[in-house]
Amino acid sequence: MRTGPNLLGLIVLMGVVTYLPRWFPLVFLSGRQLPLWLREWLDFVPVAILSALLLPVLLGAGDLRHLNLLRPELIVAVPTFVFAIKTRSLGGTVLLGMAFFWLAGRLLR
Amino acid sequence: MGGGARDNVTTIWEGTKAAWPICLGYFPAGLAFGVIAQKAGLSPMEIGLMSLVVFAGSSQFIAVSMLASGAGILPIVLTTFTVNLRNMLMSSVLAFQLRGVKKRWISLFAYGITDESFAVNLNAFRSRDWDWRRALMVNHVSNLSWVGSTILGGYGSKFVPQGSFGIDYALVAMLLCLLALQLRNGLDLLVGAISGVLAVLISLVLPGGACVIIASVIAATLGLVFRKKGRSSREAGS
Repeated sequence: MRTGPNLLGLIVLMGVVTYLPRWFPLVFLSGRQLPLWLREWLDFVPVAILSALLLPVLLGAGDLRHLNLLRPELIVAVPTFVFAIKTRSLGGTVLLGMAFFWLAGRLLR
Repeated sequence: MGGGARDNVTTIWEGTKAAWPICLGYFPAGLAFGVIAQKAGLSPMEIGLMSLVVFAGSSQFIAVSMLASGAGILPIVLTTFTVNLRNMLMSSVLAFQLRGVKKRWISLFAYGITDESFAVNLNAFRSRDWDWRRALMVNHVSNLSWVGSTILGGYGSKFVPQGSFGIDYALVAMLLCLLALQLRNGLDLLVGAISGVLAVLISLVLPGGACVIIASVIAATLGLVFRKKGRSSREAGS
């Protein structure tokens, strides 16, 4: 097990490689006028990132290496997503999603 | 300067109000990370330090499991870098909203950019009266809940209510809502669908966090192409 200075060194290096990608575009781009195509491209990035983060989790793609359409994560996502679109409430969606997931765990067990 | 003080209170209050769903999502994830890190041999102090310095959930999970399996520093740092490279995209998007803000504040702001704070702040910037101070508040309140919950988890699994009240789903539900908030039209929906499917397909062959950034870049580029096509066909029709 690594501890002591080795672990501290690892933490510092991890801090550097996570901070720089967060810092560089912000400092570099915030001071200048971006071309229209780049602004339009960046406009699509949020929806693309969120969807790319979510779908593998919902389908369990990372763990199982095969897709399963009957996972509670995915089934619960449907009403939760509908609620989110209707209400646009972040806190409400989080609470409702938790309640649905808890319920699904009881019913599907 | 009574007005200034009241301004500060409003900023703190509104930032915290916007951040609480993030905290709710981070809390169980942070506890879980703390427990895993403790099992890998890290003390609560070291866990808190890592959360404070790195502040990247998925990278921290991966790093600790690599540590436990005896991986060296270099592979862990490289994996962390790849998994968090997507922050470059988010930071580029937010740059537009932070024009004219002083460099030192921007440098502090950069520290707090995560998937969740990014999406919450961007949505607030787009839909209501939002400024970088409130956004900074969102970042740091979220950060506090992450650091605190990981340390708590580091004191042992006795604090972790395993699977109770569906708390494991909080982060997923939050991402679902953040995605819903980003969908403004059919083209957004199309780009999201393409990106999600691509991410799933890529994750089947390429483990780690690379799938998110590759899928996002391809889908956003396709979105740009579709928008151009839509425009030129509309011009041809009229």
